[in-house]
Amino acid sequence: MALPSAKPQVFAPWNDPEAKPLIRIEGVSKSFGDFHAVNKVDLDIYPGEFFSLLGASGCGKTTLLRMLAGFETPTEGRISIDGVDMTSIPPYERPINMMFQSYALFPHMTVAQNVAFGLKQDRVPKRLIGNKVREVLDLVQMSRFAERKPQQLSGGQRQRVALARCLAKEPKVLLLDEPLAALDKKLREQTQLELVNIQDRVGITFVMVTHDQEEAMTMSARIGVMNAGSIEQIGTPVEIYEYPTTTFVADFIGTANMFDGVVSLEEQNRTVVDCSELETQLTVGHASGVAVGAPVTVMVRPEKMTVQREKPDPRINCVHGVVSDIAYLGDISIYHVRLESGRKVQVALTNLRHTSEQRLTWDDEVYLTWHPANSLVLVQ
Amino acid sequence: MTATTPSSTAPHPRPGPALRAALLRRWGRALVGMPPYAWLLLFFLIPFLIVLKISFSEPQAAIPPYVPLFSWAGDQILQIRLNLGNYGYLFSDELYVAAYLNSLKIAGISTVFCLLIGYPMAYAIARAPKTVRNPLLMLVVLPFWTSFLIRVYAWMGILKNEGLLNSFLLWTGIIHAPLQMLETDFAVYVGIVYSYLPFMILPLYATLEKMDLSLLEAAADLGCRPFRAFLNVTLPLSIPGMVAGSMLVFIPAVGEFVIPDLLGGPDTLMIGKVLWSEFFDNRDWPAASAVAVAMLVLLVAPIMVFQHYQNKTSEAGR
Amino acid sequence: MRNRVIALYTALGLGYAFLYLPIVLLVIYSFNASRLVTVWGGFSTKWYGELAGDEKILNAAWLSLKVAVMNATLSTFLGTLAAVVLVRFRRFPGRTLFTGMITAPLVMPEIITGLAMLLLFVSMELTFGWPEGRSITTIVIAHVTFSLSFVTVIVQSRLAQMDISLEEAAMDLGARPAKVFLVITLPIIAPALLAGWLLSFTLSVDDVVISSFVTGPASTTLPIVIFSKVRLGVSPEVNALASIVVAIVSVGIVIFGIVTQRQERERQRSATAAAEDHAVEDHAAGHPRRGPARM
Repeated sequence: MALPSAKPQVFAPWNDPEAKPLIRIEGVSKSFGDFHAVNKVDLDIYPGEFFSLLGASGCGKTTLLRMLAGFETPTEGRISIDGVDMTSIPPYERPINMMFQSYALFPHMTVAQNVAFGLKQDRVPKRLIGNKVREVLDLVQMSRFAERKPQQLSGGQRQRVALARCLAKEPKVLLLDEPLAALDKKLREQTQLELVNIQDRVGITFVMVTHDQEEAMTMSARIGVMNAGSIEQIGTPVEIYEYPTTTFVADFIGTANMFDGVVSLEEQNRTVVDCSELETQLTVGHASGVAVGAPVTVMVRPEKMTVQREKPDPRINCVHGVVSDIAYLGDISIYHVRLESGRKVQVALTNLRHTSEQRLTWDDEVYLTWHPANSLVLVQ
Repeated sequence: MTATTPSSTAPHPRPGPALRAALLRRWGRALVGMPPYAWLLLFFLIPFLIVLKISFSEPQAAIPPYVPLFSWAGDQILQIRLNLGNYGYLFSDELYVAAYLNSLKIAGISTVFCLLIGYPMAYAIARAPKTVRNPLLMLVVLPFWTSFLIRVYAWMGILKNEGLLNSFLLWTGIIHAPLQMLETDFAVYVGIVYSYLPFMILPLYATLEKMDLSLLEAAADLGCRPFRAFLNVTLPLSIPGMVAGSMLVFIPAVGEFVIPDLLGGPDTLMIGKVLWSEFFDNRDWPAASAVAVAMLVLLVAPIMVFQHYQNKTSEAGR
Repeated sequence: MRNRVIALYTALGLGYAFLYLPIVLLVIYSFNASRLVTVWGGFSTKWYGELAGDEKILNAAWLSLKVAVMNATLSTFLGTLAAVVLVRFRRFPGRTLFTGMITAPLVMPEIITGLAMLLLFVSMELTFGWPEGRSITTIVIAHVTFSLSFVTVIVQSRLAQMDISLEEAAMDLGARPAKVFLVITLPIIAPALLAGWLLSFTLSVDDVVISSFVTGPASTTLPIVIFSKVRLGVSPEVNALASIVVAIVSVGIVIFGIVTQRQERERQRSATAAAEDHAVEDHAAGHPRRGPARM
């Protein structure tokens, strides 16, 4: 594994105060009549980054992407690329290309003509166009389909052509609008890694919009989680999963067990929360940053809990309940445990053995515990 | 562009590409929209205003055969001679009133017959196997592409006293003397239904074909027998198509001229014929204009219904 | 169930018989040697021969053809622009008036349109001295005015179905709006333009009422000639003339049908090709990782 001294080589320009962002979004809003699709978004994206905007449908992620491409003009705020203000430059003059959800391949042109289209607009000499088309079609392994029409291609092949068409123009930024939504599950998983490989090779900055958190986590260097027109949190996949900053993010990414309470003790690396619902105190392994008595939420991921039938000792972060539902997913099982308060908690256990004599079953009485470092205080 | 945009508050030394693009866009749009808009204003809207104007003027034996509505009297005074006589005439003369009523009656009954014949046909096509639907529909549209005049003319040969239908009926022995069919209202009905049937079938087919067939399956599943399912599900859902088709038949049929002229008799009164003879035979342009205005007033409501439907379908097409 | 299907197809069959029988009879009787239209006097083509020598009819047919081509071309141009305005420009001043002026001609009784157009031309001549009398120009203007609405409706529905992201993609790849329209939109909606052109051609060739109002003595179109003959009663020459019109239209439609059928087959063939590739791809996707792409 990487030694700590290797750390500076990790790609993380957002931690470097000297680094210059490629895309700068400052206070951008977009309203359609009374509806605020995007609300005062600030975001910096760095050269070579693979950035994802993640959110449910209608959260404004696509509108933000379309403002980057130039199809929508921000009602407020400014977007710059490489220091140049882009706010109202038309799409055809931006050094940005977009891959559409429907792929938008021109049906009356062959694959090669589709890929050449962008270069022709830039009046690139014919010979160079031919070379470039061959090169990018090779890159996406579509060379042998160059003379086909888009209708003669399968979904996965269309996706590759759409990508090639954008790459041919060597844009500074490539925007991807739900690039894999039209593919079936197996193909999607395979294509995710391929896209990352291609991005790595060409070094173009990718900004992707998706509603699929697995996709965002697999592919991106950083993710911006959007909700109701605003960005709730920006961070690496690890950061947003392990250290969500809001209850929305905690709930949206993966599954979260959340307990409301008030801070009863605040120390440098320990917070104790009085949880009236559980009739117990929960200890969290970091400072909350709020005063004693403030309302907070304690979040624990299902896989961070341990389950046992015997009462543990000492009883730090321990709750008691009965198994009410079991979802067997193959690799793991999710146990729904009903606490004395009636509240249900989810616990995930890895199925390590084929059969387990220890396996829990319905109506088993269990104790759930977790280490303070594996839980989080979220300030409301 | 609002002043709240920070970039626009920053001073611009010269029109930037953004401003240029916005201007280009606006001019481009105007350039695209102007020709058809101007054409329709000049050649569709203004003519109606002129018809309205002339309907208030007096006829005279000159070229053009009407007295100008506005004229300059000797000492530069604008004279307006508004003549309501043409309209008074319309209401006092029984011929006009009867012609209007008869036109509405003939158009109405023809529309009902188009619906009765067209609905089963549209329904059968919409429920036919997918591969044959388009050819079947094509067969409905095809006669529309051949000349309207010729199709009406074809019926003259069939309906005449010594025509094909009479010969056939005499031959079978159903009748013993030829029936007078041409130059009757009956012939006009046949002609209108025949000529306008495709206009009824097309919108009906469009709504019936779009219908989700699982609705009928759901109705059957809930215990509805096929005929009741048709009455309670299919029929109400096809109302928009019925309305559109009926308007497409009714409105032009009210003003129809060729069919009553060729197939109808001298006593088949229709407003289109009256207008034609006022204009071409009597050369009374103001009276013809007044007839046209009155016909338009009659048709305003159906036209609005049609436009409403048309706009709705084109919105839905988005 | 069975009975209902039989009843439906019977209705359909009767309906088609109603639509086609008159035309078929008309064509058959055009080959009748007897002048008495309803008595069969043996097979003959003499009425066609007489037509071929009729200068008046030939001139009228030529004029109609010219008018129809000009009308179809101009209507397709203006109608396409109007469709673009309606589908792509969401809001602009006078939109309601504009849509009204597009839909009204679809149902407006011809006799009203004809009268209105003539009065316009007369007033314009009085005021500006143009157009001088009634001629081919006035006929074309009148025909375009009602044809362009039909073109608009056809093109509008095709345009509304078109994926707007195709235009956005072209713009994104660097094409300016005008170029996007010419290189992307126009080829994609071309079939609708063709259909619109053919429809307005037919409408023009077919029109008798409006033409009667706006025509001058020197310019008589074919329908006007036919109409004046028909008003005098059924005659074998008119039968022959009508049959020729029917024949020309039928040939045109058959060609159009073959062309579209061929396109349809092409489309289906490519669809099956895609499906086969898809199967191959699924197979490949079964392996978790394919070898890395070569640069």
